Amino acid sequence: MAQRPEADVIRLTLPARAGYVGVVRLTVSGIANRMGFAYEEIEDIKLAVAEACTNAVNHAYDRSAEEMELSVTCRVFPDRLVIEVADQGKGFWFDGQPADLRPIHPDADLDDVAEGGLGLFLIHALMDEVDVQVGEGVTVSMTKYVRGDGVACDDRADSEAEA
Amino acid sequence: MDLTITHTSNGGEHVLVLAGEIDAFTGPQLKERLLPLVNQPDVRSVAVDLTAVEYMDSTGIGIFVAAMKACRQTGCRLVVERLSPRVERLFRLTGLYERIVPRKGESDEWRNDLRPM
Repeated sequence: MAQRPEADVIRLTLPARAGYVGVVRLTVSGIANRMGFAYEEIEDIKLAVAEACTNAVNHAYDRSAEEMELSVTCRVFPDRLVIEVADQGKGFWFDGQPADLRPIHPDADLDDVAEGGLGLFLIHALMDEVDVQVGEGVTVSMTKYVRGDGVACDDRADSEAEA
Repeated sequence: MDLTITHTSNGGEHVLVLAGEIDAFTGPQLKERLLPLVNQPDVRSVAVDLTAVEYMDSTGIGIFVAAMKACRQTGCRLVVERLSPRVERLFRLTGLYERIVPRKGESDEWRNDLRPM
């Protein structure tokens, strides 16, 4: 997706460790809140972003590799929030198989139910648009549209009014 | 960003009351408590009370799937109870809800005595 110039951009670079996923959740929650997303939508965005970060933290890097980084870029558009979670790992956690993208089947034998692999399914279920790119690492790009049932806070409109 | 686990028991019946967040950071703490418990031969049932869990992601779901698999071997009964709307949404989305949350009226009264409140 071409990035239009009107986005405000917030970038976070964090150690790719589980202890920092909560920091990403809090940051994204704050951004989504001031954009006017409703409570349920904010919780969905937090969960989706945490799933992307957790995938990266758990699978992207060799456990012996220290101080590997996780990049989170939030692009704030008037009508949507686009969040990119990128790692520089080997990209092997994402094999692109659509089998990843489903919940636990009600009739599935418990022994056939994997203990992981639900993250990407959840991201798709919770966000409006999802794009996964595999290159140097894996980049998960997630979009949520503002539906306008919360209260928006538009700095641009304020500053134009002042001018 | 913390998880606290309170464990009470009455004979072979156990209750774990969880409070806080279950994610990639705190998940190992839950896994290390829950899996050894359901694997003990004298443990007949484990009820996990999630009423004070403010946040949970698929890390938590994975731990409950692992515990259910272990229960299959040992015959231990595992249930998850008192879910907040957010946590219930996660269980329903992932398809685990019907397998681990008891139907209304199915809860055993004895567990109420084990809750430290």
